[in-house]
Amino acid sequence: MEVCFHCGDHCDKVLINHQQKTFCCHGCKTVFDILNDNDLTFYYDLEQTPGITPKRFEGKFDFLENEAIANKLLSFNEQDIQVVQFTIPSIHCSSCIWILENLNKLNSAVKTTQVNFPKKTLRITFNSQEINLYNLVQLLCRIGYEPMISLEDSDKKKTAIDRSLIYKLGVAGFAFGNIMFLSFPEYFEVNEFWLERYKHVFRWLMFVFALPVVVYSAQDYFISAFKGLRSKILNIDVPIAIGIAVLFIRSTIEVYMDWGTGFFDSMAGLVFFLLLGKFFQQKTYSFLSFERDYKSYFPIAVTKLSSTKINGHPSIKKEEQTHVNELNKGDRILIRNGELIPVDAILTKGTAYIDYSFVTGEAVPIFKKSGDQIFAGGRQEGSVIELEVINSVKQSYLTQLWSNKVFDSNRQNTFQTLTDKISKHFTITILSIALVTTIFWLFYDPSLALNVFTAVLIVACPCAIALAAPFTLGNLLRIYGRNKLYLKNSEVIEQMAQIDTIVFDKTGTLTTNEKSTISYTGDGLNTKESSLLKATLQASNHPLSRTLYTILKENDICTLDDFEEEIGKGIVGKWEDRKVKIGSHDFVMATSNSSTDVLEKENTSVYISVDDAYRGKFILTNEYRSGIEDVFNALSQDYQLIILSGDNEGEKEYLSRLLPPNTQLLFDQKPEDKLHFIKSLQEENKNVMMVGDGLNDSGALAQSDVGIAISENINVFSPACDGILDAERFKSLVNMMRLSKKGIQIIKYAFIFSLLYNLIGLGFAVTGYLTPIVAAILMPLSSISIVIFVTLTSHYQGNKLL
Amino acid sequence: MSIIYMLLAISVIVALVFFAAFVLSVKKGQYDDVYTPSVRMLFEDEVKTTSTKKGDQQTKKSTIIND
Repeated sequence: MEVCFHCGDHCDKVLINHQQKTFCCHGCKTVFDILNDNDLTFYYDLEQTPGITPKRFEGKFDFLENEAIANKLLSFNEQDIQVVQFTIPSIHCSSCIWILENLNKLNSAVKTTQVNFPKKTLRITFNSQEINLYNLVQLLCRIGYEPMISLEDSDKKKTAIDRSLIYKLGVAGFAFGNIMFLSFPEYFEVNEFWLERYKHVFRWLMFVFALPVVVYSAQDYFISAFKGLRSKILNIDVPIAIGIAVLFIRSTIEVYMDWGTGFFDSMAGLVFFLLLGKFFQQKTYSFLSFERDYKSYFPIAVTKLSSTKINGHPSIKKEEQTHVNELNKGDRILIRNGELIPVDAILTKGTAYIDYSFVTGEAVPIFKKSGDQIFAGGRQEGSVIELEVINSVKQSYLTQLWSNKVFDSNRQNTFQTLTDKISKHFTITILSIALVTTIFWLFYDPSLALNVFTAVLIVACPCAIALAAPFTLGNLLRIYGRNKLYLKNSEVIEQMAQIDTIVFDKTGTLTTNEKSTISYTGDGLNTKESSLLKATLQASNHPLSRTLYTILKENDICTLDDFEEEIGKGIVGKWEDRKVKIGSHDFVMATSNSSTDVLEKENTSVYISVDDAYRGKFILTNEYRSGIEDVFNALSQDYQLIILSGDNEGEKEYLSRLLPPNTQLLFDQKPEDKLHFIKSLQEENKNVMMVGDGLNDSGALAQSDVGIAISENINVFSPACDGILDAERFKSLVNMMRLSKKGIQIIKYAFIFSLLYNLIGLGFAVTGYLTPIVAAILMPLSSISIVIFVTLTSHYQGNKLL
Repeated sequence: MSIIYMLLAISVIVALVFFAAFVLSVKKGQYDDVYTPSVRMLFEDEVKTTSTKKGDQQTKKSTIIND
């Protein structure tokens, strides 16, 4: 089998030989020619078949010629120099980086280009006198790197990247290292002559280094503790803040009164380790976004038709690119092949095949004829259509969902982490121990009382406890990521472990939208008839014909004598003396002489008649993901399972046979219904996980405790959620749920461990023996051993289960 | 004046210089994208050789020789 030199696809349909190389289509060949003419063939040396087949883009970016819209995309615009940043989902290898960063060889107006590979973005600086944004986008499209430009890009506000954690970590690490060096001499040399002379300098220097650690690096802990106390919650930051404050104050007093060296090294080390844990937990997938709403998918602009009246006749139609937010009821818009319909509208001209896969997950396009209502979010496949707007973008059926308060970003998160739960008891215990021992020492030896009181608070600082969760969850987050479940943050894992009810969407989640199965009912066709059928299908461009053709594909295809296509109805093929009709129920049955009353009209059925006699129909159904039975059987042991589908009850019987008997099945659910259903489950004190895929699940995903979006291609699509699961790993869901529970177990073991350390420390403290050197050994030892323990066990569990 | 004060001063200054370099590098965004530069640094030399030769096999060989 020949492989395309550009994109690496098999050349089974078309084979083009060009310069001793094979190409699968003209698009690929054109890209090769462009690169070859500009001496950029190094592109093909870096990686094998790195290319992307360019898609048709005529008219798609016409809105960029409207300067007001184009300017909204620019991030810098002064005199001749303009800077723009695009997201290009097709960036995937080092060849991509190379070609995009050598874009100036293709057009000299491009000054500099810079790729950010993890984010899949391209930043272009160009001379606006020589090239405009429209031509620049065309240039990218022509070589296969089509940028993704959505409504979100035009509304976005510039947000500065928050790097404060790196700075804080840097300050703490810097101070920790230096304080260690300065405190070492006193640990090993006692009463040495030179040390006695200079130790004051050393101590004050340590104080100077410790100051920024307390004031800057540790400030989050003080703020969080203060906030917690104000809302009467004893979170883990309260004992940490007490510990840091006591360490610093006591050390300063010791140094000032010349009592000893103080605990500056332990304090800086503590802050450093804590921040390290925070940093580790912050695993982000920069190429994914968990905050997407419909704006990421909707186009910026559509073609609006305005008719100008000449002599009272609305005759001349003018096409005009309009920002979608400016569309009003009654406007007429033009939608081309592959464009998304951003508003609810009525079809006024042409026939539409609307692909709702973004919204519902349904792969097969739906046929609409003139006069039908079309909901926003569908993608037109086929010819150009004209629509009349009936609702503005924000008031459309689908987008209304986002006015629900679950999408309010200020919503308070009430989830209490395991660490917070424990810290409450922990803090109370520690404070009472400190009080009791202080009272004891007040009677026994009052001079040591303050010393003991502070020592208890110092060792009680729950460094190891505070590290157990970040490191375990941080590790699990990475293990999940490697297994293609991308979670928003580590808290999601803890919430996953508490789930008792899982709600699934049906279409697109349980079914795949890549493959569809086809079943044929009716009389069999002979070889001649079937080859005629295939030839006819091949000639048609209708999405259903193409799907059918790829499934039925075979080599002996005859050349048709005559071919006719009636848009929106069906196709007719003639060869020798035979005639085949393929198409909708009404189209085929109009001329065939068989009885029609037994046949149901189904949207996704293709009817066949040969020589005007009805022969049978192909029924296209979405295929269920493989292994779905096993997943449900395994999950049903621990969880209550519910299926929430927007479709009708057509497949109820089949599903109830396929899935465990206690699975609840609900059909005809609107997006709002799904959201309210999840809410009602939560009101029954259930912890609900929603697994969905389309924009119609967005409300349910946001409302649920854990919302997981399933996606066939994680670079392209996923609604706002807590986690994105690659569809091919659907089968792993069971073990992923188990791993989250194991993770919580590991944290609990680590807590027991660190409590042991705290007890040992307390032993030193209550007896008045906590010297700086004991603290300097105990603190890092407990922290590091906890980190090692949780890292090893979480990796062991991860490898075992996934 | 004891030498130790000078040594201490120097060591603190050296440490602060490195710290300043770290802060500067973070500020300039060097830690925002830690992957792409690692790929980009391998390109530089080979661009020139491709501009003189055409055809992929030939270029491949010539880059190796020219290196």
